[in-house]
Amino acid sequence: MSEGLVHLVQLLVSGVVTGGIYALVAMGFVVVYKATRVINFATGEFMMLGAFFAWTAMGALQAPFVVALLAAVAASALLGMATERIVLRPLLGQRTISVIMVTIGLAAIFKGLAQIAWSGDYRTYPSIFPRAPIELGPILLPSRQFYPFLIAVAAIALVGLGFRFTRTGVAMRATADDQMAAFGMGIDIRRIFSLSWSLAAMTAAVAGVVVGIIGGISPQLGAIGLRTFPVVILGGLDSIGGALVGGVIIGVLENLAGGYVDPLLDGASLKEVVPFVVLVFTLMVRPYGLFGTREVERL
Amino acid sequence: MLIGNYKESYASDEAIFRTPATRAWMGAAAVAALVFPFVAGDYLLYLANLMLMLALGGLGLNILIGFTGQISLGHAAFMGVGAYATAILASRFGLPFWLSIPAGGALATGAGMVVGAPSLRIKGLYLAIATLSAQVIFEWVFTNWTSVTGGIRGLNIAPASIAGFRLDTDERIYFLILGVTVVHFLLASNLRRSRWGRAFVAVRDRDVAAEIVGVNLFRTKILSFMVSSYYAGIAGGLWVYFTKVITPESFPLSLSIQFLAIVIVGGLGSIKGTVYGTVFMTLVPEVLKAVTGLARVVWPNAQSYLFPLRDVVFGLLIVVFLIFEPHGLAEVWNRVKRFFSLWPFEK
Repeated sequence: MSEGLVHLVQLLVSGVVTGGIYALVAMGFVVVYKATRVINFATGEFMMLGAFFAWTAMGALQAPFVVALLAAVAASALLGMATERIVLRPLLGQRTISVIMVTIGLAAIFKGLAQIAWSGDYRTYPSIFPRAPIELGPILLPSRQFYPFLIAVAAIALVGLGFRFTRTGVAMRATADDQMAAFGMGIDIRRIFSLSWSLAAMTAAVAGVVVGIIGGISPQLGAIGLRTFPVVILGGLDSIGGALVGGVIIGVLENLAGGYVDPLLDGASLKEVVPFVVLVFTLMVRPYGLFGTREVERL
Repeated sequence: MLIGNYKESYASDEAIFRTPATRAWMGAAAVAALVFPFVAGDYLLYLANLMLMLALGGLGLNILIGFTGQISLGHAAFMGVGAYATAILASRFGLPFWLSIPAGGALATGAGMVVGAPSLRIKGLYLAIATLSAQVIFEWVFTNWTSVTGGIRGLNIAPASIAGFRLDTDERIYFLILGVTVVHFLLASNLRRSRWGRAFVAVRDRDVAAEIVGVNLFRTKILSFMVSSYYAGIAGGLWVYFTKVITPESFPLSLSIQFLAIVIVGGLGSIKGTVYGTVFMTLVPEVLKAVTGLARVVWPNAQSYLFPLRDVVFGLLIVVFLIFEPHGLAEVWNRVKRFFSLWPFEK
């Protein structure tokens, strides 16, 4: 392969890796939106807390990585449930602006608490995976990207299959489809709301750990949560498959912009805004996204 | 006990300040505001200037959210547009402040028109996300369009001056900021009673019904976005003359969120609520600072928790107000007033 081609493939591969993480976060986002019609601006902070939970489990409690990951997921599930019960439920049916603002408020609370509990310092996980980079033909993948990516893919598959085949998954899909009908069939809607939030917190925790392994942990880790908006809008707010496709597209585009355009710009980084430009175009051309349900409304 | 408010003419029914008591209080407030810089210390004056500008910007956002029911997470970006336009016109083209600030407002209005245009097709959550991306993109432009905005180093400008009189101290600029803010508050009060203001409220309450009674939805929404970003732009222009330097970090997403918090804590759709919200959201961190300062005596580390604690309290205020007092401080104030006016007979 020529050098240019290797460069391209390298960018595509790392784009897919980034995209996998976006897809994982976006999935939790979509689950919450489907069930409760709430957009969670605290997604990034849920990621950050998950990453810190795992870090604490590994550092202070000396747990092995898998146990720490599971502990973080469990703790996040409880946190998600508590959040739904205490903060979101009183606001059911309120104006959009209230629901948006309450999750923004939550984000501020979580960020402040994390800074108090773990200080603002930058941390890293103790090394977990073999250090040798993975060779895929001529492409080299750093091990700290490859293994986390596998975790992300496994988590996506797990959630996807759970949605498709388990009883609870079917109940969640039914609720998203038609709340009244689901309620009439004996599905406990409140339980579904609470489960959706805990599921979103769990996927966010896994994503947080993954991001933490790749780039280190700090209370600022949540900033990446903002970047899931382009992903979910592109894919369609209420489509899980769309979250996957959107994640990969945004991840790849971002890396291509970073690899080809940024070196031409003097100090500026197009990578930072490309997802948001895509977002604006999506909203103008096809606001419901690639796979979202088209809401017909004529004014 | 005040049992009613009897009016004998249309003029008195339409007045902004409706009762003698209100007029007396407003008069007292005006005198206090004029005397304030001569009695207050430097820091209080600084805070007052800050609050006036935040109130002006917050009022713009309240017109958009509280009156018209549209959502914007990019209010700080419009303030940035106004600020950069003002700074560039003043520093490169030597425009005096009484031209550069309105010009900045006009440019921000244009930006608001562009960003508001999609509001016909998308609303609610989608509009929130669209304006969020406007915030990110504008911020990126401020940082990276180095030849115009000066990049991360920003722009410096000379203090405002009129007829040789330089507004170069906090005390002098205070009167400019106060005047502009008060005028714009009066304008907003009048706007609400006008045809357009009523159209805003109609769109907020039920857009379909508004369209049926003849309100042009698109024009109304766009106008609301324009007015809102005009207010932000003017606040941005004042900001430039207040700090005399601007950088892209002056207008982050967190400022947009601060504006949203002001509007929600103060009271959606309430003009005086915007003032209460601004004062409250500005003073709470100050109180917190004082408390951690005192706590240092018994707990030497208290100071290091100040910033995270500020985040926590900020978030808590938003959450608590939304859950327990969704109409904000304006409603709390009305309740207190009702209690006292009915006093012995309140249940």
